[in-house]
Amino acid sequence: MIDFIWLVIALPLFGAVGLLFFGKRIGEPNSGRIGSALVVLSFFIALVAALPAFAGTLEPENVLLFEWLPALGVNVSLLWDPLSAMMTLIVTGVGALIHIYGTGYMHGDSRFPRFFTYLNLFIASMLILVLGDSFATMFVGWELVGLSSYLLISFWFEKPSAAAAGKKAFIVNRIGDFGFLIGLMIIFATFGSLSYSTVFANANILETGGATVTAITLLLLVGAVGKSAQLPLSVWLPDAMEGPTPVSALIHAATMVTAGVYMIARSAALFSIAPVSSGVVATVGALTALFAAVVAIGQRDIKRVLAYSTISQLGYMFMAVGATAYVAGVFHLMTHAFFKALLFLGAGAVIHGMHGEQDMWKMGGLRKKMPITFVTMLVAWMAISGIPPFAGFWSKDEILAITYGKGGAWVVLWAIGIVTAGLTAFYMSRLMFLTFWGKPRWDDGLEPHESPRSMTLPLAVLAVFAAGAGLINTPFRLSLEHFLDPVFEVIKVAHPPEGSTPWILAGVSVLVALGGIAYAYRRYIKRALPVEEGPRWDFLEEGFGVDELYGRTIVLPGKAVAESAAFTADARGIDGLVNGVGGAVKKLADAATRLQTGQVRSYGTGMFLGTVALILWLLVRGGAF
Amino acid sequence: MFPVLAFLVGLPVLAAIAIVLIPKSRSELLLPVAFGLSLLPLAVAGYMVWTFDTAGGFQWVESIIWMERLRIGWTVGVDGISLFLVALTAFLFPISILASAKISDRLRGYLVSLFILETGVLGVFIALDLVLFFVFFEIVLIPMFFMIGIWGSSNRKYAAIKFFVYTAFGSAFLLASIIALAVNAGPVLQTVSFQWNDLAQVPMTSAAQTWLFFGFAIAFAIKVPLFPLHTWLPDAHTEAPTAGSVLLAGVLLKMGTYGFIRFNLTLFPEATVKYGKWLALVAVIGIVYAALVATVQPDIKRLVAYSSVSHLGFIVLGTFALTLSSVQGGLIQMVNHGLSTGALFLLIGMIYERTHTRKIADYGGLASTMPIFSGFFLLAVFASIGLPGLNGFIGEFMVLIGSWQTFPVLTVVAASGVVLSAIYVLWAYERVFTGPPGKANKDLEDLNSREIAILVPIAVLIVFLGVYPKPVLDRMENDVNAVISRIEQSTNYERPTFDLEGRLTVDVGVPEQGESPSGEGSE
Repeated sequence: MIDFIWLVIALPLFGAVGLLFFGKRIGEPNSGRIGSALVVLSFFIALVAALPAFAGTLEPENVLLFEWLPALGVNVSLLWDPLSAMMTLIVTGVGALIHIYGTGYMHGDSRFPRFFTYLNLFIASMLILVLGDSFATMFVGWELVGLSSYLLISFWFEKPSAAAAGKKAFIVNRIGDFGFLIGLMIIFATFGSLSYSTVFANANILETGGATVTAITLLLLVGAVGKSAQLPLSVWLPDAMEGPTPVSALIHAATMVTAGVYMIARSAALFSIAPVSSGVVATVGALTALFAAVVAIGQRDIKRVLAYSTISQLGYMFMAVGATAYVAGVFHLMTHAFFKALLFLGAGAVIHGMHGEQDMWKMGGLRKKMPITFVTMLVAWMAISGIPPFAGFWSKDEILAITYGKGGAWVVLWAIGIVTAGLTAFYMSRLMFLTFWGKPRWDDGLEPHESPRSMTLPLAVLAVFAAGAGLINTPFRLSLEHFLDPVFEVIKVAHPPEGSTPWILAGVSVLVALGGIAYAYRRYIKRALPVEEGPRWDFLEEGFGVDELYGRTIVLPGKAVAESAAFTADARGIDGLVNGVGGAVKKLADAATRLQTGQVRSYGTGMFLGTVALILWLLVRGGAF
Repeated sequence: MFPVLAFLVGLPVLAAIAIVLIPKSRSELLLPVAFGLSLLPLAVAGYMVWTFDTAGGFQWVESIIWMERLRIGWTVGVDGISLFLVALTAFLFPISILASAKISDRLRGYLVSLFILETGVLGVFIALDLVLFFVFFEIVLIPMFFMIGIWGSSNRKYAAIKFFVYTAFGSAFLLASIIALAVNAGPVLQTVSFQWNDLAQVPMTSAAQTWLFFGFAIAFAIKVPLFPLHTWLPDAHTEAPTAGSVLLAGVLLKMGTYGFIRFNLTLFPEATVKYGKWLALVAVIGIVYAALVATVQPDIKRLVAYSSVSHLGFIVLGTFALTLSSVQGGLIQMVNHGLSTGALFLLIGMIYERTHTRKIADYGGLASTMPIFSGFFLLAVFASIGLPGLNGFIGEFMVLIGSWQTFPVLTVVAASGVVLSAIYVLWAYERVFTGPPGKANKDLEDLNSREIAILVPIAVLIVFLGVYPKPVLDRMENDVNAVISRIEQSTNYERPTFDLEGRLTVDVGVPEQGESPSGEGSE
């Protein structure tokens, strides 16, 4: 009975189309208000539709909208189950807050209405991704969020770096999509269908750990790695910070980049019978988590710290779903959506209040100038560092406990996770201390100020969730797990070990986190500020030169290949041959030019007569007469 | 019954006559009259799409045999395979005429050429007599030769001659093959016949099939064009006037891909099964190669021309993969490519009229000076690289998913085209549209209402076909199925079934995949 769920997508889509054509006329601030209102409305519709899920009575339901590609059995059809309901609530809920924040943040921008056009388009696309009931519709949403991301990263396209960043994001994502697409081909060739219901219900026919399911899942992983900016395709996300900060918060932290995690959780029926692939997922996640956390330490730009932090946190989620702890992965996805959106919006408020300054070394002492921003970011800081009872603690700890509990090589991944937890607490403390504590280091004449209500209100709301959302799935009360039960019913989902082990593990990780904070406190507050410059810090800031490595090993050689194909093989080789053969022909053609009378008639007649003559000749030779 | 198709093909001829009759003193009437007249075939095509019976088969068939002895005559009909190519043709001509407003030199001859071209292209898609087909196929060459050679840009002569000679070279093979085909079928039919319907009934020896298959294939491969026969296309595109480029990419190239389905697949099933993989291979090489070459083109029109070669590779791959999804995907891709590439050439024409340069390096920052223009351009660009929700995705996706089972390796290589196309297109977009506008581009005027009017219908179709392609797919489906079924009946080819066929425990929404072997391997 949730036929109306299509409205959740239709409203923001309507907003996107309407604002595209009439945004300029509607102008600021009404275009922003309309865009925001539609998403708020979407959120409440989703909330109503999700009520049965909270009561535990939601039967997964498919809603057919229209037939799409009959030859592939693909329809445009939605699936409303606890997982898609949860994702929808996150997307529209966080999305609505960020829309509202955007009305303040984008104030005065010459293309204010266009910003909300794109944001609404993004919400609609992301909802197609999470609500579609087949791999085909997921792919559609997948690509469309890529488009919104492209448009929003290069929103200030007059800036060459912004334009380049948008392009890079789209292309790197397409590399992932290439894998995704091949995965879809194999799924179709195996099941004769791309719809979740057919594929997942029949997945158990496949041999566990067999070549087919391993291939499918690894290829899907390639797509997930691209979208969720995991190694080795993580390079686009830091550059994506060129986009306006609300975009970074919504798309490049809270929602779109988690699509890879959603995809794996959604495909749990396949991944749970592909142990090799699952191991790869977890390993990729752990390595990415560690790598990005280390790199985050070396960033000067407040947004780039958060970008690497996002990559790192997504690594945790990959660890979780790789460990077949799908609920834990989705749980962290949710808590992360709150605290990371909060961090980004807080950073945006700082940048806004600092008139565009993003270098943390030119900040300092802002806690008195921006009290609301400061307090809300404190909450997010605690949450991401894993300090109980804030949200991040519960979700991160569940992941670590489950990973440890799997034993064997998984303990190594757990250890990586623990080290990363310490690094996380450290780099996030560094960010907080450099920004809000110490002496002001900003340029003379700069007057930092607190942001308008439209921006601080979303911060406050998110802070509440960043503080409390973890409580929905604690060892004492597994509400989320029960909520998601219908989704993972038949799938073997990993659980934390029994007994006292989880408590000991939690103790260890809290200690490590406190250690990270304490060290940062010593380094950035107790003593004179250290100088973090020089080639080693530069190398760290540039993310260990991965970008340059790709530039040298892939982009440049690729360009050389393209150039030799175009200017040597094609222009001289193939076309040279054509022209060579045509040398004689050209002479003939030149002669023919002299016959040109410029009259269409004579050509037509000549052509026709020639044709007829040839036909007759061949007929005669062929013995027809 | 009213001869709808004769009327359809005749309309442009009448229009051409009307254009000739307009007195010199009233030459300002030329364009409006031409535009008005070009709407008539569109109306007829619209009527045909509307009333087409989705059951498939040839409709509005007319058959008048002129030469009983050789069974040559006016035999025409439209089925689900040709329907939308006819519609696309009728759709693109009014647009091309509107896009020719800046032509002042010998406008009358130009318009006459356009109408003759329309007759030729429409004829190609409806002809069911092979001689008739050939005549139309050749008629197309002449006006296009003039369009490039007279109304083209600086190097037009070279391009026109190259175009003409290259395609005429292919036509020689086509003609010889057509005649040999008829002659070969003579003993069985007890008469020489050029009727497609007659010839499609005649079983052929493997050797004959092989020779004729390749004879037809060479002509069509040049027309498409397939690698390595493609080098005439970038030259023709760069030199042709805007309308010429639009029509060349939009419909002329489709004569080749259409020919593959209509003739190679139906007339030579055995050879198709045997040698189709070689054409698929060449197509896939073309996808990657042309995409690479496109990346570094300094000239925006050449870039789009190479992208055409790349995109058409998907169509040919799908055609020879012989599954419902792949062939149907290829077919709808013909329409989609016509729309998105047509739009790109129109847009390039519009900016060329302002700047008189096609060099990517001369542009920059157009998005801030010409927002409407850049919006349309972005739409066309994303349609052409197959963004879901826009038309280009439908064909590409159906081809790729459908071709995997037949040609797994080739399809994987082809799929890399999705990455490469994003690279060349977005890189070009970045250089032309983003960044601060240079001095030369600061004062460019955005699109005027005429230009917007030209683009809106295409934009609407691009979105409509991407979101709701069903009306088109429904009309194609039965005839595509028929083509594949014919091949299955006359060869040992069988459509691939999926791996778990017959073993699914829960059977939801599985599409029909021909006749499935029941109970095979059930547990």
